[in-house]
Amino acid sequence: MKPTVPFRSRHPFLSALEDRRVLILLVLLLVLMAALVLGACLGSTWESPFQVLLTMVGVQSDSAFVIGTLRLPRLVLALLAGAGLSLAGAVLQGLIRNPLASPDVLGMTGGASAAAVGFIALSGGALSIRWLPVAAMIGALLVSGLIYLLAWKNGVSPVRLVLIGVGISAGTSSVTMLLLAFSSITSAGKAYIWLTGSVYGASWEQVLTLLPWLLLFGTVAWANARKLNVHQLGDEAATGLGAAVQRQRLGLILVAVALAGSSVALVGAVGFIGLIGPHIARRLVGSSYGVLLPASALVGALLLLLADTAGRTLFQPLDIPAGVFTAAIGAPFFIALLVRHRRL
Amino acid sequence: MRPLLQHNASKLLGLAAALLLLAAACAASIALGTTSIRLTTTVEALVAYNPANTEHVIIVTTRVPRAVFALTVGSSLAMAGAMMQALTRNPLASPGLFGINSGAVLAVVLALLLLPLTSLSQLVWAAFVGAAGAALLVYGLASLGGGNLTPIRLVLAGSALSALFSALTQGVLVLDESGLQNVLFWLAGSVAGKELGTLYQVLPYMVIGGGAALLLGYPLTILSSGEEMAKGLGQRIGLVKAIAAAAVVMLAGSAVAAAGAIGFVGLVMPHFARYLAGTDYRWVIPYSAVLGAILLLGADIVARFPVQPGELPLGVVTGLIGVPFFIYIARSDFNRRRAQDETNRSVS
Repeated sequence: MKPTVPFRSRHPFLSALEDRRVLILLVLLLVLMAALVLGACLGSTWESPFQVLLTMVGVQSDSAFVIGTLRLPRLVLALLAGAGLSLAGAVLQGLIRNPLASPDVLGMTGGASAAAVGFIALSGGALSIRWLPVAAMIGALLVSGLIYLLAWKNGVSPVRLVLIGVGISAGTSSVTMLLLAFSSITSAGKAYIWLTGSVYGASWEQVLTLLPWLLLFGTVAWANARKLNVHQLGDEAATGLGAAVQRQRLGLILVAVALAGSSVALVGAVGFIGLIGPHIARRLVGSSYGVLLPASALVGALLLLLADTAGRTLFQPLDIPAGVFTAAIGAPFFIALLVRHRRL
Repeated sequence: MRPLLQHNASKLLGLAAALLLLAAACAASIALGTTSIRLTTTVEALVAYNPANTEHVIIVTTRVPRAVFALTVGSSLAMAGAMMQALTRNPLASPGLFGINSGAVLAVVLALLLLPLTSLSQLVWAAFVGAAGAALLVYGLASLGGGNLTPIRLVLAGSALSALFSALTQGVLVLDESGLQNVLFWLAGSVAGKELGTLYQVLPYMVIGGGAALLLGYPLTILSSGEEMAKGLGQRIGLVKAIAAAAVVMLAGSAVAAAGAIGFVGLVMPHFARYLAGTDYRWVIPYSAVLGAILLLGADIVARFPVQPGELPLGVVTGLIGVPFFIYIARSDFNRRRAQDETNRSVS
């Protein structure tokens, strides 16, 4: 990746450059909208794009049920969760200054899914689904904290952090299986359905459960874009520029935990989005966080939307979990990063 | 690090003690369970089998096969891990972490979906192909990355491959929902409810792989001290590596075909063996074999009790044992090795 200047470009036409980045954001938004409409068209029956648009604005028709109740909530949920995971990854990559940093590698995804399975399996449906994101966030927080602590040895080396993350992920999946084994058959069944990807039966209620968290913490992240810009320069530079490095880092990590945890709570442990999304976004708009965060959100949303649509339509009537496609793209991407970046 | 056992005599004694422990673990595995069976009855069932006696029937049809599966699979995985650690000089090398187990699982699941295979003797070949493919991929990555892919990064690459293989396996399972339930339990790793007949179909490969591993003890010891050293001593490195790799594929592939992917046995036990017997692989490999069998027998006994009437998948138990150990290695031994690696690289 070519080095980019986070603050200002040496390019003489600064404003023009900014225009170009804003233009890229707009194009991404348009592509995302197009993917959303196309996704709503595709399925066991083809619905015309015009019909989809009509349903979106609230016109009743024969296909309104298929589009508005079955397809759109699922698409919107995938879109939101993709944005959340990718935002979390972008924040983490800036804070840890490591291209491999992502919610999955840092144990947030695994912790969130173990906590969500625990919540579903042990509460047995007594508590409302609205509390699921909270449980997942707590799980994500605990596990990522544990990984950070275990990786600490005269400071945290990025590669050790990732390595410990690999080990702890194996541990969280064992704990998940253990929780499933200890819970009653009916609640274990529910938890199992959740594990395989709950986008299947998505409803507007789930969308509304996720949306407030994403809006809240997405805005917090964006409001802190300047701080992220400073952080990615390194600890010394950030301290020199007057940042309260440790306190800000802790706060921003909590934001990433909340974004990743709430997304995982609603769509399951979809891997690699938080890794790929920010990297693609960085290629497109550079690494100034004011633009990078919205771009990451858009790219992540697009990726998960496409992965889910591919899983839903390629092997009809079967439904392949979106995680299969994200792993198929993400794992080679991860390995390429490992091979190419000499210093991590 | 000085091994616990210094002299050949004490090592031999240690191995004998480990074998005794193994025998005890076998006896416990046969005697303990939802219905506890007295040891005398166990012996009786083996010596003078009486089909009218329910306890005898339980022992011969379920408990004994189970113990034999745990024993063979555990020692195969541990020997495969020991050889991989010697070949790559990487303390985290193991069939689980390098994606060889999950590659074999993916190949078996694919074979079940695409080919009209039913018997284990055919599936085991699919497992070999998957294990070999994964091993080649990791090895290819190691050479592709050149000096850039240090042992620690190779582990990360292996874990990414593993994630990919498991995701693909999950996808294939969705395509073939009818066989899902059986395959799922098998995937998590289990030695329960298997028939001895199926073991005989993979046993020859385990014996060949294990025999090769035992014979390779001396060359592997030399190879593990560095390729230049081995070349200087006149070793045919290529040949040793090729035979060892084939043995790893056979051992890991047949273990997966018999019991599914069981993690961490191949990682933990070679370390324990080296702690006891030092770095001489003529000792490390037999020690690993015995210790791996003991670990898996023990894990299988533990798996029977927490959840009545069902039981835990074996992979979960070994995972819970193995993860703290993995973290211990990741925190300690590795950094020294990595520093060493980096100095070597800057020198050369």
